[in-house]
Amino acid sequence: MKRLFADIGLITSKDLKIELRSRVLTNQVAPFALMILVLFGIALDADQQSLRNFASGLFWISVLLCALMAISRSMTIERDDEALVGLNLSGVDPIAIFLGKTCAIAIQLLVLEIFLGVGIILLYRSEVEDLWLLVATGLFACIAVSALGTIFGFLASGLGVRETLLPILLLPLLLPVLIGATRAFDDALGVAAINGWNWFAFVAGLTVLLTGVGAGANYLLAEN
Amino acid sequence: MTVPITTASKGSKILGITSIIGFAVLILLAFFVTDPDIRFHPETGEEFGQFDAVRLLYLHVPMAIVTYLAFVICAIASAGYLIKRTFWWDSMAHAAGEVGTLTCALVLITGSIWGRPVWNTWWEWGDVRLMSTLILFLLFLGYLALRGAFVSPQRAARPAAIVALIAVLDIPLINRSVEWWENRTLHQKSTLSELKIEDLTLFTLMLGILVSVLVMSWLILHRFRVAWLEHMEFEQGVKSAIEERRHIDNKEQ
Repeated sequence: MKRLFADIGLITSKDLKIELRSRVLTNQVAPFALMILVLFGIALDADQQSLRNFASGLFWISVLLCALMAISRSMTIERDDEALVGLNLSGVDPIAIFLGKTCAIAIQLLVLEIFLGVGIILLYRSEVEDLWLLVATGLFACIAVSALGTIFGFLASGLGVRETLLPILLLPLLLPVLIGATRAFDDALGVAAINGWNWFAFVAGLTVLLTGVGAGANYLLAEN
Repeated sequence: MTVPITTASKGSKILGITSIIGFAVLILLAFFVTDPDIRFHPETGEEFGQFDAVRLLYLHVPMAIVTYLAFVICAIASAGYLIKRTFWWDSMAHAAGEVGTLTCALVLITGSIWGRPVWNTWWEWGDVRLMSTLILFLLFLGYLALRGAFVSPQRAARPAAIVALIAVLDIPLINRSVEWWENRTLHQKSTLSELKIEDLTLFTLMLGILVSVLVMSWLILHRFRVAWLEHMEFEQGVKSAIEERRHIDNKEQ
């Protein structure tokens, strides 16, 4: 078990180091996220009330679009020079590779969520009424996105059409997460009179389920 | 070994003819013989019900059942492939997945046409059963896209099998959604299991299910055979290429 956690830490730190050095997250994904927020603002005719009302949905759509970029990037670094084959042959447990990459993507998404969160507060004038609900939902939903993203990234890796295939495979499965997280954020941002914690429980349950599904799929994919 | 030039056999022809005759009888019963759904309010005597729109349910409900069945076959065949690793299981999964996607699209279309007069809307975003069915359709579109992305069917088999096993988890959710989220769906609870219908209505619906299963089996059978022929042709192509290469090598020596 200790070895497993060490391997997960190793894979996570490897991916994060590569991201820090390449600065793709800060130089490409973050500006893309900002661009989405601005585009939504323009598309909705800069109507402040509409932007506030739809802030949760716009936030999560932005997160999902950025997640696609982050996942695709995470798989690209493994595809170059057949690094994934090398990783599999290195003796690292496949589950550690899966969880390590999931953690790395989740950490990047959390940074992006903070960035986007500040963005909707500043640009859409959203007001936070329940910070803990916001944080808890953001954390669990990004784990769900990362876990499924990693497994579908593995499935599509090595294909020339990976960038177009990944959204088709991943987004339908993430729709329930999107629905739950948006509803929870609606309550946390005070735009809907609903019990956001119920929706958080739904997202948390989905996260556990999808991470389990991801781990199971990873096992099937890794075995020869 | 020669590759056959047709996917038909005596059995599949009988199945096909039976399906066509059954389908014709179903259309006759559903659209001309059965009564429209007209009820009267006990106090005011006002007419209400689904009227002629109910006839579409003789197609919609059987197609939904067949969609579940095709995707379950796809998942079982996918699991079979992961265990046995043979082309037979993979082709069966592919055939069932393709037919299931087609029937799922028809379920969504017929449901939407039925919903317009009965629910007064083509689409209801808040309906859990509608949304989960749409998700299922999108998942299997992804499944077929994944299969199409690989040049070699052998390489596509394992990733596709995993996607099918994940996607099929949506089916229990669709089936149970009317019970679990009864306040968030316009769909009614199961009419069949509680036997709320009888006589000709029940008979027509049962016939619809039987005919739909026959049509599905027929389509899967032919799609499976097409995949099998493609596989044989591919194998023969590889063998011929090797033979040709050997021939050239022998000549050069």
